[in-house]
Amino acid sequence: MTWELLSETLRLEHYNTRLVVFGVAFLGATAGLVGSFLLLRKQSLLGDALSHATLPGIGIAFAVMAAMGLSGKSLPGLLIGASITGLLGVLLVLAIRKTTRLKDDAAMGIVLSVFFGLGVAILKMVERIPGQSAAGLDGFIYGKTASMIWSDFVLIAIILLITIIVTIAILKELTLLCFDADFASAQGWPTLWLDIILMALVTAVTVIGLQAVGLILVIAFLITPPTAARFWTNRLGWMLFLSATIGAISGWLGVSISALYSNLPAGAIIVITAAIIFLFSMIFGTARGILPRYLRHLQLQRKVGRQHLLRSTYEILENTQNGEPLKNLPISMDLLRQHRYWGKGELPRLIRQGRSEDHIERQPSGELRLSESGFGEASRITRNHRLWELYLIKYADIAPTHVDRDADMVEHLLGAEIVHQLEAELDLSKSTIDSPHAIEPTELELQARPTT
Amino acid sequence: MRPEHPPEFPLAIHDLTVAYHRKPVLWDVELNIPKGTLAGIVGPNGAGKSTLLKACLDLIPKTSGEALVYGKPYEQQRELIAYVPQRESVDWDFPISALDVVTMGTYQKLGWFKRITRSQKQQALEALEKVGISHLAKRQISQLSGGQQQRVFLARALVQEAEIYFMDEPFAAVDAATEQAIIELLQELNSKGKTVLCVHHDLATVSRYFDYLVLLNMRVVASGPTSETFTRENLQKTYGGKLNLLDDVAQALKNVGRP
Repeated sequence: MTWELLSETLRLEHYNTRLVVFGVAFLGATAGLVGSFLLLRKQSLLGDALSHATLPGIGIAFAVMAAMGLSGKSLPGLLIGASITGLLGVLLVLAIRKTTRLKDDAAMGIVLSVFFGLGVAILKMVERIPGQSAAGLDGFIYGKTASMIWSDFVLIAIILLITIIVTIAILKELTLLCFDADFASAQGWPTLWLDIILMALVTAVTVIGLQAVGLILVIAFLITPPTAARFWTNRLGWMLFLSATIGAISGWLGVSISALYSNLPAGAIIVITAAIIFLFSMIFGTARGILPRYLRHLQLQRKVGRQHLLRSTYEILENTQNGEPLKNLPISMDLLRQHRYWGKGELPRLIRQGRSEDHIERQPSGELRLSESGFGEASRITRNHRLWELYLIKYADIAPTHVDRDADMVEHLLGAEIVHQLEAELDLSKSTIDSPHAIEPTELELQARPTT
Repeated sequence: MRPEHPPEFPLAIHDLTVAYHRKPVLWDVELNIPKGTLAGIVGPNGAGKSTLLKACLDLIPKTSGEALVYGKPYEQQRELIAYVPQRESVDWDFPISALDVVTMGTYQKLGWFKRITRSQKQQALEALEKVGISHLAKRQISQLSGGQQQRVFLARALVQEAEIYFMDEPFAAVDAATEQAIIELLQELNSKGKTVLCVHHDLATVSRYFDYLVLLNMRVVASGPTSETFTRENLQKTYGGKLNLLDDVAQALKNVGRP
């Protein structure tokens, strides 16, 4: 294989791959859009039950069309059959849910496996119908993308277009349904019908997806793109757009790659592509990805550590001098070590961090001294800490002897706006505030480990 | 029209029974909630307080009986009622902002297929202003505190400009400032002649918050103006033996009759 061949395929220069790629990318976009609502409605498994329940419909439709003297493999006929039993499967799940006390997962598991088993049996039976070849019907189980012809493409495009139009037309209603069905219902929205419309949209995507990715994998096409998109955004509009895009990209890449290695099934490659995008999003997604969250956590830890170091130094300065104004004198490592509880290796690490941030400097004598900016920062941090302590004593009824620990947990999150509110609330605006409790090393050593 | 439930009552419930899986949760409820009251529904866990609200809103089927809103069935009077469900009833991880949630209160008037315009957003923003969190309008709802989430729900109800407000535990697990803000808003609605029906848990605040009271334990134990209804005897009947176990109830009873 050459790069030219790869790029030719990705740029859709062959007529037959072009058709398939367009079809499947379009399908992916629609699946991403509709799948978002399926996911937000927390009905992903119902989609799976639906797709498995389409198989008997394919077999039955084949037999019916053959009996009527038509070609058993006409795509519209097969898809109608698939839709009917697919929806029947969903209705059965809903009926079991309503009439028995079985849990949802059990109801779906039963329907999914029974319908699928039934489908496999029916496919075997219709193979024996004389004069008709049922060969290839089992392609609906795993998908057979390469067999798409122009008339199939037109049918697929029309159904998908209708699906997208309907979804966009009732975007607001679907959002309301997914977020708060009870509220929607109390407002008079027919939630049952909205759920049925949503399932009909999912059915449309599913039966179209049968041909491309097969009924086992179609659920991945519905669910993976929206879950991946969710890692990047907290806004529904963006999530829908990203999900559709991820679906389309998975379809395009999946079909292209499988066209190059003709023995690789497209459905599997599409799902693997989507899964890779999902994995990437899970790690790097800016809104909820693991890495950005971890980095934010590290950042907070750094900030908390810095505040502990600076405040401790400042308190030592206060303790060792009397008389204003406070002078920025060097202090010994020992005093700092005894001043509060430090984790293992924490103090040297914080000092290193403080030096790199130019807050603290080491004297030739081995003593530590705040830099000018560090001194200002330390005074500010200490002041905020005491503001918060005073607030807790005054409004949260926390005893002065316990307040230091509680203040310790929250103060790192105080923004400028809250500090102003605290000042107003406590009627304090002077630049230094005395600690509401005694600061003695002995007491502080007994203090519990700071949580943040 | 039933003589015992004249149409001037914002909510009249007649012979209401609700059962889950044939196990009754509410028995023969008879109630008239007078106009302009700030009414509390109080009772122990599992007494059917939320169920009562939901049955009136047709969210769960009634086994028998009916609930009338100004003399007519609820489905003809939907726009008169705003509903605030329990906060835990929705997924706060949902990818929308506070403003989006409040805008949902305008959907009923907006109707099918219509897009949300600036006018709806403006109404929603004003409602957020009233509950004191308009600066958080763009924030994703999972990044709000419990009290702020409850305020969002309240704002969504305010946007509906209803006559009757159904609130399911609006004070559950909110901070003191939010509780104060909510009760002030409810009292303001009340002063404009709106009727508020509120499922409530905290007996200590009953006499301060509500001027009308429904004591419920699967059936209506007592209902009427708080000053007459909130008595030791009625509470004993409602809470049974459990009452003696609750320290704060004793405190609450001391407050009976105080303004």
